[in-house]
Amino acid sequence: MSSLFPAERRVNEMKTREIVLPGDEVRTEGLKPRNGLYKVGEDKFCSAYFGTVQRSDQFIDVVPFWGTYMPRRGDRIIGKVIEIGPSMWIVDINSPYTSLLHMNDSPWRVNAGDLKRYLNIGDFITAKVLSMNEIKESWLTLKDVGLRKLEGGTIISIQAPKVPRIIGKGGTMVNMIKDATRTKIIVGQNGLIWIDGPQENVMVAIDAIELVKEQAHTIGLTDRVRAFLDSKKGEMVGNTE
Amino acid sequence: MGTQSDIKLIDENGLRLDGRKPGDLRPLKIQAGVLERADGSALIEWGGNKIIAAVYGPREAYPKHNQDINKAIVKARYNMAAFSVDERKRPGPDRRSIEISKVLSEALESSIMVEQFPRAQIDVFIEVIQADAGTRIAGLTASSVAIADAGIPMRDFVTGCTAGKVDGKVVLDLSKEEDNFGQADLPIAVLPRNNRIVLMQMDGDLTLEEFDQATSMIMGAIPRINEIQRSALSSRIKVQDSGGE
Repeated sequence: MSSLFPAERRVNEMKTREIVLPGDEVRTEGLKPRNGLYKVGEDKFCSAYFGTVQRSDQFIDVVPFWGTYMPRRGDRIIGKVIEIGPSMWIVDINSPYTSLLHMNDSPWRVNAGDLKRYLNIGDFITAKVLSMNEIKESWLTLKDVGLRKLEGGTIISIQAPKVPRIIGKGGTMVNMIKDATRTKIIVGQNGLIWIDGPQENVMVAIDAIELVKEQAHTIGLTDRVRAFLDSKKGEMVGNTE
Repeated sequence: MGTQSDIKLIDENGLRLDGRKPGDLRPLKIQAGVLERADGSALIEWGGNKIIAAVYGPREAYPKHNQDINKAIVKARYNMAAFSVDERKRPGPDRRSIEISKVLSEALESSIMVEQFPRAQIDVFIEVIQADAGTRIAGLTASSVAIADAGIPMRDFVTGCTAGKVDGKVVLDLSKEEDNFGQADLPIAVLPRNNRIVLMQMDGDLTLEEFDQATSMIMGAIPRINEIQRSALSSRIKVQDSGGE
């Protein structure tokens, strides 16, 4: 094969979204400014990030190219247990702030002081952000459908601002990668991604995610990822139905 | 500063030692994203200056009693390498670099949206590898690029430049000799969108008229420097675009 990513040769000709730098004025054109913008004077808005402008039906956002994850209530994230207290697990959620998981928010009947029987240091979990306060202290819960300890699989990390691109509109992108590679994928809002399946397929899925990561600011990405996955069909196992 | 010498810093044609006119800048180059493991980084080469700025964070501030419940603290650390100057500099923080670290932290804090990150700390490491006058302003200009590169929300860039008095004339962007043997040195840093001053220091004496002349020279140079800061970032995206591994 001539290139790892056949689509990548054409990147220079690809249309990109509007790129802005900190302090640049962003024309709102009647849309409501949401994330990544700040108000200057009466009705002028400027970008707070080096990133791309994204316009939806109602809102306008500036999405940074890189950046940290800030917990928000209701986010489904992937975290790593880094410390165990008498009644809480302290979880690293790939953010400036650590998060807490209280034993009563876990699906198990845990006795205080006996937490490491259920989750030990280094274990990964998918959890939901239960609440967050003004000083960015947050609490997690495991009590919801699909939330659990992650066993096996591979964890990769991407920049949190790129998560929406990985998921795609209504999950199209991640579902396409899942279906094509026959892997199980959980994307955390905080930029950690858990992938499980045969090793070869996991590798292809990681490459596909890399591709999305590199070209997140371009338009027409879904088609290129599809082409990439098609080109990799021979390298994966179990793709006959 | 103020040291008398026989060197003629400005010749009869009004040109300076390195052939520049009074309002000319030294060659300036900024490259963003030079360090793999920093959250954001930039390398600036401004005249003979070579400075790396690396940004880490926002991350939880330690020790805990330093945390500010309302905002992030910005900790810049300006450090000169022992080999960065002609005569070996004794390594480690000295009075001068502690002062510079403080004024740079304050200048950067005015552009970063610190209120979004309570209890956190943003570390900025400014390592002077080769010094050639105007290092604080060069370090600040690079740190601002590094912070934008780290994806930290900021209101604007911080852009700086120096001016000074040499052989009785006001000139822009002093070089090493001009700094050592000139009569005054005035570093200024601003937020280029609204020209608000975030750093201003002065060494030596200027009359009121000379001061006005120096500031307007600096203000005239700011857009040029800011343009270089901006292209340092935007070219980073183009580099990724051109593809390959």
